[in-house]
Amino acid sequence: MTGAFRSRHRGETHVFDDLKTLLACASPRRSGDELAGVAADSAARRVAARMALADVPLRRFLDEPLIPYETDEVTRLILDSHDAAAFAPVAALTVGQFREWLLSWEADADRLATLAPGLTPEMVAAVSKLCGNGDLIAIAAKCRVVTAFRSTIGLPGRLSSRLQPNDPTDDPQAIAAGTLDGLLFGMGDAVIGINPATDNVEACIRLLSMLDDIRCKFEVPTQSCVLSHVTTSIQAIEQGAPLDLVFQSIAGTEAANAGFGVTLALLAEAQDAAQSLKRGTIGSNVMYFETGQGAALSADAHHGLDQQTVEARAYAVARAFSPLLVNTVVGFIGPEYLYDAKEIIRAGLEDHFCAKLLGVPMGCDVCYTNHAEADQDDMDDLALLLAAANVNFLIAVPGADDIMLNYQSLSHHDVMRLRHLLNRRPAPEFEAWLARMGLLDEHGRVPPLPRSAPAVTRLIGRGARA
Amino acid sequence: MRDDAFDMLRRMTRARVALGRCGDGLPTQARLEFQMAHALARDAVWGKVNFDSIADALAPREVIKVASAAPDRASYLRRPDLGRRLAAGAASQLPSGPFDLVFVIADGLSADAVERHAADVVIATEARLPGLAIGPVVLASQARVALGDDVGAAMRARLVAVLIGERPGLSAADSLGVYLTLHPAPGLRDSARNCISNIHDHGLSAERAGEKLAWLVREALRIGVTGIGLKEAAPDGAIETTHSTAEITHHKPTGARGHE
Repeated sequence: MTGAFRSRHRGETHVFDDLKTLLACASPRRSGDELAGVAADSAARRVAARMALADVPLRRFLDEPLIPYETDEVTRLILDSHDAAAFAPVAALTVGQFREWLLSWEADADRLATLAPGLTPEMVAAVSKLCGNGDLIAIAAKCRVVTAFRSTIGLPGRLSSRLQPNDPTDDPQAIAAGTLDGLLFGMGDAVIGINPATDNVEACIRLLSMLDDIRCKFEVPTQSCVLSHVTTSIQAIEQGAPLDLVFQSIAGTEAANAGFGVTLALLAEAQDAAQSLKRGTIGSNVMYFETGQGAALSADAHHGLDQQTVEARAYAVARAFSPLLVNTVVGFIGPEYLYDAKEIIRAGLEDHFCAKLLGVPMGCDVCYTNHAEADQDDMDDLALLLAAANVNFLIAVPGADDIMLNYQSLSHHDVMRLRHLLNRRPAPEFEAWLARMGLLDEHGRVPPLPRSAPAVTRLIGRGARA
Repeated sequence: MRDDAFDMLRRMTRARVALGRCGDGLPTQARLEFQMAHALARDAVWGKVNFDSIADALAPREVIKVASAAPDRASYLRRPDLGRRLAAGAASQLPSGPFDLVFVIADGLSADAVERHAADVVIATEARLPGLAIGPVVLASQARVALGDDVGAAMRARLVAVLIGERPGLSAADSLGVYLTLHPAPGLRDSARNCISNIHDHGLSAERAGEKLAWLVREALRIGVTGIGLKEAAPDGAIETTHSTAEITHHKPTGARGHE
């Protein structure tokens, strides 16, 4: 059953030549799809595409790969690992019926978790295009994806955070200062993760050792990560570095991953190397991935797919390596892919929704650059929406200002405020540590402490001498 | 006030640490300082370069104004491809050379950077390059780095140096970058360029940038290459090549610095 799709409304017939054209035209408007020349050219055509998409059977995405099986290892991964038994409960549904099933009370956390291996990125991308922002939040909030290393991420009622104390010169003192500032706000239970200014093995090992010293000195039940290229991490492991998590940026096509210098085989090698160290105390999820809409197009490796669909395919890559953490760096890519706050907010909700339905432990770097039409108020909005959607973790930077990567994310204040506002706790192991350090009050909140408080002077005084 | 733990944190980093708390929010002063830094960056992105005053600063050098195919700032931000091409008919306005070196001053993403530093860098560089045939200075609006390839090809330049406003951060909204390319022609890859970045009041001075650029120009003409090959020949290793997609995407998954 190949051939064009048609949608007829008020005497006008819209024709969509193939499945990827239909998906692209059904996507909410965004600058990246217009740059790629795949977007609908009118508002009516966009909705007409959604009407046609609603009638497409989910099975069709298994029968008709958007990127050929023979030429793309991500397509092969998606189809070869598809679990037909898990898919069975929704196998007879169309995309439109699938949306209604996802919204139904029947689709609870357990059923969604059982279904996840039966879903493909193309199916979840398709259904996201029929969902409003409220649908994306309500459905994602029902999903539960729990992972562990030294702390447990993704449990109900929890909101974790990555502490990101980047420095433009990788100065150990500056990174220590950012780390201590974050710990005082209860940040860092997902990971303390540094984007290095210099990507080489020596710099990576130096930073890993420094982070490990701080973690051990205070016995913090969390994990650290230096976000170097995967090959750098493998070499660091070979040289005996104290490496907890292997990081890599990934995308949704073989060609885009080649642009990042990775293959599925290389990722598997890195996962094996990190697991061989057995550094996790309560779990063995050792991978950390970042993704983001526009990455495939910027590498000219999108195969004519819209940027949201090709982004969802990156989650199939992530899922194959049982990661501890995955996050979309949603607003970092720039206005040629996501022009303004409306597009960034929508994309953040889509990425979280698609990843969670696929069983991926999704977090978000709620962020923007200075040439995008967005500001910190928009980040307040997206962070609140994602927290309501039960996002696994959010990234936090001192004062929301990343002085190395020159963009803005959330501040330590912002993430702490969300926890208090929505009654979300940090990871349980980390929460117990905060209590031991005297940083929690009797309600489980992180209270403002006076400058002279023993917890403050102990943490900063000893930490600064690290 | 007594030197306490928070003061110690502040001394350790330029990052916004130890900002204080009002409940779970920021103190008012810290909030407004952040807003001002963002406002300066936004004004730099949306500002229009006063190319007349740059022409005055460069006098008596000849200047030629050109525009890219992007009709306005909003189109420029949405369509990087338009900012990399000359507007229709613009190429025929350019003298056909040949020249050893052509400077292109491009607005890029920071009007402030271009207005404050670009003329000084041209003057400092030129003073160190006696005997070269240097073309008129091209002043390009709504322009990205690769626009220099179109300009350089039209002017039959052996080398084109594009001075361009970098994407503003909160700590510096007026940072200028320079991209040097040998045998400019449409369709060149960014890995064929060398880059000098972070030219601003608290970074690299215009004088020092001029020294570095003049060295690159002489070496590029001597050994006949820009990009990786020239970077490896640099004595202090301080000369960058343009980040390839693979290099920069280790940090965060995106393709470029915004103005490329």
